[in-house]
Amino acid sequence: MAEKSFVGEIVRGIIKDNPVFVLVLGLCPTLAVTTSFANGLGMSLAFAFVLLGSNFFVSLIRKSIPSGVRIPIFLLIICTFVTMVDMLLEAYLPPMYEALGIFVPLIVVNCIVIGRAEAYANRNSVIFSIADAIGISIGYLLVLLLIGSIRELFGTGKIQFVMLMAKGGVPGFYPIGEVSIPIEPATVMITPAGAFFTIATLMLLIKIIGDRKRMMQLKKEGVEL
Amino acid sequence: MIETPGYLPTEALFPIVVDAMFTKNFLLVMFLGLCSYVGLTTSSETSKGMSMAVTFVMTMSAILTWPIFYYLLKPNKLMFLQTICFILVIASFVQLVEFIIHRYSPALYRSLGIYLPLISTNCAVLGVVLLNVKEDFTYGASIVYAFSAGLGYSWVMLATAAIREKLIMRGVDRFSGFIGAFFAAMMMALIVVSYFGVVKL
Repeated sequence: MAEKSFVGEIVRGIIKDNPVFVLVLGLCPTLAVTTSFANGLGMSLAFAFVLLGSNFFVSLIRKSIPSGVRIPIFLLIICTFVTMVDMLLEAYLPPMYEALGIFVPLIVVNCIVIGRAEAYANRNSVIFSIADAIGISIGYLLVLLLIGSIRELFGTGKIQFVMLMAKGGVPGFYPIGEVSIPIEPATVMITPAGAFFTIATLMLLIKIIGDRKRMMQLKKEGVEL
Repeated sequence: MIETPGYLPTEALFPIVVDAMFTKNFLLVMFLGLCSYVGLTTSSETSKGMSMAVTFVMTMSAILTWPIFYYLLKPNKLMFLQTICFILVIASFVQLVEFIIHRYSPALYRSLGIYLPLISTNCAVLGVVLLNVKEDFTYGASIVYAFSAGLGYSWVMLATAAIREKLIMRGVDRFSGFIGAFFAAMMMALIVVSYFGVVKL
């Protein structure tokens, strides 16, 4: 087994263990809140906060968690951070809180967070668990931004890029740029059907590329097909 | 004085049922419970078991959480504890049901029991109780809503399982698995959204 490194763990979380396309977990928020770039960003930041907190605490107390009741303990730890992020959003970013709706409390039952606590943080040291959380969060962020951008672009004809900033002491998502394409907006991309279509097409593309890569590999090794 | 929305439904029940089953279908429109959707629609048998278990647990959690919220959390101003409280109630209820079924009905346990642990972390169940509270439903309406949401979940699960089995039989390799499930979901989402968008209730 290769030696683990901090950066290596982060990169693994982004590509090899990408939460949505490889592990196929955490689909509900991925599809529900990605109607726009801004919502995707807000959701993945809330998610990153919860995952970092839960991975850190689970790995910190992993030696004293009895294995029989570990799932309820994970749920309690995760729920603490979810409640925190829920209250923070409600207090400081009310528009985002409205847009995400019940998907903020539903991070509790997000399979990625529980999955990482169970499969990774429960078995690895604190420092690597943090690296894992950072990697998975970046991977999740990229997927949410990708799907959000595609849906917003084809659904409304333009993408409104936003950034989390504090302007004059008021935190919020402020626009930093805009890209538009000269097409007739297809409203269906904003509807649920568009969400399923986007993720199915992306997965199909990834599968085709993966198949082609495997074929090349086999050809290089001289295997008769 | 404890204020609750009341027991008997004052809402019109028919729109609630149609909403939960079709126009605001949990899987297709609200995107709740998708992990079990892609994971367990591989065969009709598993999707049948999961649908029955989810419908049962949804209805029971609605029955259990409504009094907890309105008689325990709200009068004491502990609303911020609702998520943690609901998830604990659901998880312990599911555990209890698992014990009872295991003890008294081994046959039912074999067909339903293996799905029960999956349900505590199913967002459809937590979603339905959170929505009940958010919408200020009366006790009766919240139970009706939870049950019809379960029925809505079930028909989509069964339909998708049928489509996926057909795809495998026809040997459509590239579209079997997750991708086929998502394309099937896309078609059904188009149907429920556009059909019920035209027909006004």
